[in-house]
Amino acid sequence: MRTKTITGRRVRGPGMALAVSSLIILAACGGGDSDDSAGGPPTKLGENESKVSILAWPGYVEDGSNDPKVDWVTPFEKETGCEVTSKAYGTSDEAFNLAKTGDYDVIAASGDLTARMVASKEAVEVNTDLIPNYEKVYDFLKDQEWNTFDGKHYGVPHGYGANLLMYNADEVKPAPTSWKAVFEDASKYKGKVTAYDSPIYIADAALYLMKHQPDLGIENPYALDEKQFAAAVDILKEQRKNIGEYWADYLKEISAFETGDLVIGTTWQVIVNSIDTKKANVKAILPEEGATGWSDTWMISSKAKSPNCAYAWLNYIDSPKANAAATEYFGEAPNSEEACDFAADKSFCDTYKAGDEEFASQLWYWRTPVEKCLDGRTDVKCVDYAEWTKAWTEIKG
Amino acid sequence: MTLSSNVRRLLAVLTALVLVVMYAPLMIVVINSFNESQSLSWPPSGLTFDWWERAFHSDGARRAVVTSVQAAAAATVIALVLGTLMAMALQRYRFFGQNSVNLLVVLPIALPGIVTGIALNNAFRGILGLQLTILTVIVAHATFCIVTVFNNVQARLRRVGGNLEEASADLGAGVWTTFRLVTFPQLRSALLAGGLLAFALSFDEIIVTTFTAGAGVTTLPIWILENLFRPNQAPIVNVVAVVLILVSIVPIWFAQKLSGDTEALR
Amino acid sequence: MSQGDVARAAVPPPGVTSARRLSSLLSARPRLRLSLLLSAPLTWLVLIYVVALAALLVTAFWSVDSFTGELNRSFTLENIREITTESLYRTVTIRTLTVALVVTVVDVAIALPIAFYMAKIASRRMQRILLIAVLTPLWASYLVKAFAWRSVLSDVGILEWSTSRLGLESPGYGLVAVVMTQAYIWLPYVILPIFAGLERVPDSLLDAAGDLGASAWQTLRTVVFPMLVPAIIAGSIFSFSLTLGDYITVNIVGGANQMLGNLVYTNVGAANNLPLAAAVALIPVLIMIGYLSVVRRTGALDNL
Repeated sequence: MRTKTITGRRVRGPGMALAVSSLIILAACGGGDSDDSAGGPPTKLGENESKVSILAWPGYVEDGSNDPKVDWVTPFEKETGCEVTSKAYGTSDEAFNLAKTGDYDVIAASGDLTARMVASKEAVEVNTDLIPNYEKVYDFLKDQEWNTFDGKHYGVPHGYGANLLMYNADEVKPAPTSWKAVFEDASKYKGKVTAYDSPIYIADAALYLMKHQPDLGIENPYALDEKQFAAAVDILKEQRKNIGEYWADYLKEISAFETGDLVIGTTWQVIVNSIDTKKANVKAILPEEGATGWSDTWMISSKAKSPNCAYAWLNYIDSPKANAAATEYFGEAPNSEEACDFAADKSFCDTYKAGDEEFASQLWYWRTPVEKCLDGRTDVKCVDYAEWTKAWTEIKG
Repeated sequence: MTLSSNVRRLLAVLTALVLVVMYAPLMIVVINSFNESQSLSWPPSGLTFDWWERAFHSDGARRAVVTSVQAAAAATVIALVLGTLMAMALQRYRFFGQNSVNLLVVLPIALPGIVTGIALNNAFRGILGLQLTILTVIVAHATFCIVTVFNNVQARLRRVGGNLEEASADLGAGVWTTFRLVTFPQLRSALLAGGLLAFALSFDEIIVTTFTAGAGVTTLPIWILENLFRPNQAPIVNVVAVVLILVSIVPIWFAQKLSGDTEALR
Repeated sequence: MSQGDVARAAVPPPGVTSARRLSSLLSARPRLRLSLLLSAPLTWLVLIYVVALAALLVTAFWSVDSFTGELNRSFTLENIREITTESLYRTVTIRTLTVALVVTVVDVAIALPIAFYMAKIASRRMQRILLIAVLTPLWASYLVKAFAWRSVLSDVGILEWSTSRLGLESPGYGLVAVVMTQAYIWLPYVILPIFAGLERVPDSLLDAAGDLGASAWQTLRTVVFPMLVPAIIAGSIFSFSLTLGDYITVNIVGGANQMLGNLVYTNVGAANNLPLAAAVALIPVLIMIGYLSVVRRTGALDNL
């Protein structure tokens, strides 16, 4: 049926002109870059604001909602009046992206993130004089290349731990002792192998090659030249054929191991602790080649809306009691000797080799790979993290 | 066309089969909400009302539902207004660029959600420098909800024709009066159907929402995504889903009843 | 008896108010009416959506400093070069397109019988019940449905439990799982346009075909199906567009696989490379716009 028509009328939409002019205006305005932080860090603290928002690894900011017995946030809130909201992230890359939104005051960053946070001015220098508990921290954790830049401190240490090899003891026999189980021998459990879903995992492959193909000459798994990098990518592409799922969300790994969809792969101690052993009899080991690890730093955002509460949190989480609770729950070594006294399990510090400087130096802590080789080589260019990221998507295929 | 009773029976069986397949996973969700064990294993080890109790006391779930309802309601209202205006413009008039405008309306829902999401995120945060709040979510949702209202109203306008409106004008009714007394009653059920679909789309949307909701905005899908893998929370998610399904039957039935009056050309 | 006299006597002529003046003005000027109608929605769509899309397109030609994550606004074709030359993007695009195609075919195949039954065979009451039955799953959260499939396909899930008796095993997590889950979730979106399209086919037409001697199957093939093509395409627009951009289902049941949506997502999030993400996003955008332009003629866009 015919509807009303306007014969021969041309009504040019106003849209076109509007669109073009808007685009020009908006393109000219450009994006909102963050301002440079004014001067240095504060010299004294003011009143605590009413809330603080924290971005951290899962299990770092527990307020009892996960497990009523696990809570070190509520005492902090009572003591300081800063209400805590937290967000957990799965990988350092995700954290970097979230930190850039400027919604968080405090960020827990591993060694592969700190350099980027500082370079992009997302994190500010921290005045450690305003943090009394900083004194108690182990000396070998202070002034390291991942938390101190240009002689300035950019955060306080939390603890350090390793990426372990977890396996379902009922399905994986004989018990593995080497990372070979997820590389060359992975086909034995085809479709049930897992690996950490982040480009930083390439370092694990490099570490494996460091011990098993020494003629490649890898000295530092984060300092790889083209040839070494290609070799690492190759064994990862081989591994891909046997991978069931990659995990970035630790809960996904827990659930997959519990249902038996995965039986072997990289893990963190907190995951091992969380898996119900009635459903899956899992064990975790530090394989003979050693492992990559992480040493986390609590940083303060350059866009922090509650800087005083942020300092309060840094001081609190570095206090021996809170640090012991947090690191014991996550399954990593604490940051001070005194923390050992507060551990629920008396052998906690021995298990995690707290204060063992030699052990700590054997772990290859996550670092951001850069062009200027981290092992000091000057004759070659090393592959930087952008390339690692590209290669990682290629590996997943 | 006469179909033999065999064919009719076959189609009935197929329909029943399809419905079974459609509802089987939902049944699993229902059963899992009573499942004693927190994992996903089948068959369930035992039944319990625990999760239902915890769900009703869950603050996070309640707040998420409220946020979602607010966002969806606002987005639906905007979509209703804009969609109706657009439908009337395209259906009652002919103008240059009509097809392009038609395409434009469809684009937000035809392009993958992730593209819309990152485009809007880039525009809001990168270019305009805005903070992401529930308003940005509402704006995003309204944009892709326009098309559902638009299509329903356009179809209704096409079916109804402009004769009654012309008659009303001939009788001396002004533009607004005509709309109020003649057009709107004819459109009512189409608006209801379109609005309901728009509400459902907005309520359940996750991809565009992830990119346009700031840290403080937790709609229901975002809350579900955060809790999906948590062993202590996943069963609560199942409970919430079951409640949603049950609650939604009423408005759907209501909308169908209303639109049933002006339906079928049989 | 002049009813007109009665009418003229009873109804006073309306006064001249500003509202009436406005109405007269508008009645005389259809162009003005059209502009008023169009201005609000068009401005909204253009300002919010088109501009945002255009800005994203522009971003595809920028780059990002890998260390600081800062956007580098100088024009570069590097991203475009990368997505067109690296085999990864070709592989993933073909994989995604294949999945989208299979999902669409499966969904249309399932939708046709049920839509036909609902539109032509079911009684009025049954039709309403069936419509409600089809619409209700739309309200069950997408995430919950995907996760339900994760539990169905799991090693200890219901599929393994039931098929192991037959000697088969659950496909586990992977592309097959993605196809099954996505076909399941998009199904209502495909059924609805096809049902609406079938409803528009008048019964009289079918009766006429029968009267002219066509068998039921012939009628379906030569009369009904051609009329349904726009509706089927409308349904396919949904299933294609939803599959091309989806990354959540792939994360939940896809195992270690990647589709286009995942590539875009990881580049925006983990890799923090918005320009590359925008460049990858161009792939599904171009595919969908191409598809839309081709099917525009069939009138499918009116059936969405």
